[in-house]
Amino acid sequence: MTLGGAAGDFDREQPTDIEALLPWYAAGTLRRRDRQRVEAALRQNPELARHIELVREELAETIHLNETLGAPSPAVADRLIAAIDGEASARKRAPGVAAGWLTGFFASLSPRTMAVAASFAMLAIALQAVMIVDIFTKPAGTLPSAEQGTEHKNGTFAMVRFAREASAGEITKFLQNYQAALVDGPTPNGLYRVRVAMTALAKEELARIVARMRQDRIVETAEPAAK
Amino acid sequence: MLNISQNPHSHLNLHVTERDQPDEPTVEAMQAPADETLIGRIARGDRLAMQVLFARHHVRIYRFVLRLLRDEMAAEDVIGDVFLDVWRQASRFEGRSAVSTWLIAIARFKALSLLRKRRDDGLDAETAESIEDVADDPERAVAKLDKGEKLRRCLAGLSYEHREIIDLVYYHEKSVEEVARIVGIPENTVKTRMFYARKKLGELCRMAGIDRGWP
Repeated sequence: MTLGGAAGDFDREQPTDIEALLPWYAAGTLRRRDRQRVEAALRQNPELARHIELVREELAETIHLNETLGAPSPAVADRLIAAIDGEASARKRAPGVAAGWLTGFFASLSPRTMAVAASFAMLAIALQAVMIVDIFTKPAGTLPSAEQGTEHKNGTFAMVRFAREASAGEITKFLQNYQAALVDGPTPNGLYRVRVAMTALAKEELARIVARMRQDRIVETAEPAAK
Repeated sequence: MLNISQNPHSHLNLHVTERDQPDEPTVEAMQAPADETLIGRIARGDRLAMQVLFARHHVRIYRFVLRLLRDEMAAEDVIGDVFLDVWRQASRFEGRSAVSTWLIAIARFKALSLLRKRRDDGLDAETAESIEDVADDPERAVAKLDKGEKLRRCLAGLSYEHREIIDLVYYHEKSVEEVARIVGIPENTVKTRMFYARKKLGELCRMAGIDRGWP
């Protein structure tokens, strides 16, 4: 049996405006104006009133069906927390992240700002150092991190003094090239502590890196650093 | 055809005043300010806020994805990815759509990407689109079901597009505008797709022996 009489109306390929709104009317997600239009139509059209009962039946069974689907295993939450912890740790471990962040920061500055004198660059460098130290020492949220407080002890370091004319952009690029990060400084004589690797490198390897750094025109001094 | 071309993070940024606001707040509407607060805290690295948001929404998101994928393990993987995205990109949430709408849009994008990958990998796409059989003699098994069970079986047998829109409207209580944003189609298309989904459901019901009088 069809809805009879006006049933042909419901067999159309395209719904009327009111028909199309019935599911949302039944779900209670229509705004007032549309809801009032549907209610007026329902009062005037008994076939439409029968149709809304079908919609309500579908709605009830859809909810029933979804509610019986169960829930994901608790392992999902565990894996998520582990992934978040892992990301936070990786973020703190990866010097490239800090360098990338700095690149973005300086890229956001105007060309005029980037053309400041070397003295301003040195100020920016000092700011970098403060920011990087802050990034690496700030707790990564409300949960404790196993690596907290160890960032400045692990790895291999060099002490670097940059040329006065070095711009902030050049220094950022330098850090990126070496996958390095400023972790401390400047010392009274203008040296910065630069982490060149997260692991302890052999003396020869560190010497090779430092020698290469010295070839860079923005580097005035570079020396292997003790832990 | 899978409509996954839109970035779930970008097409939901219509202002909240443009939403189809019901007069009486839904459960979601009452939660919305709290959800937005949580997102703000998550953007600042608050893991407790992340856990609260996860606890509040993960079951519904899981069910939405499960209905699309019909694979519990895959659905679990997807929701893990969804909430990891939230952790990474909470700062990009501008509060111009309900948080649950944002979550569903991300989940949908990931689920349909997975479906497409499976299809590209030559896995049996028809399996995901077919009506689930629960017995060696499905016809006889269906005949034994009561009307509600038959209707639910028919709901489960709809195409993913029709399952999706019916779930969004009936179970997830999404307005026309919200469905349009999630699915990435015009609002009029949302209405007609819902109409066709219901018509198809009626046809499946008739085939299952339920005469609902429509279509």
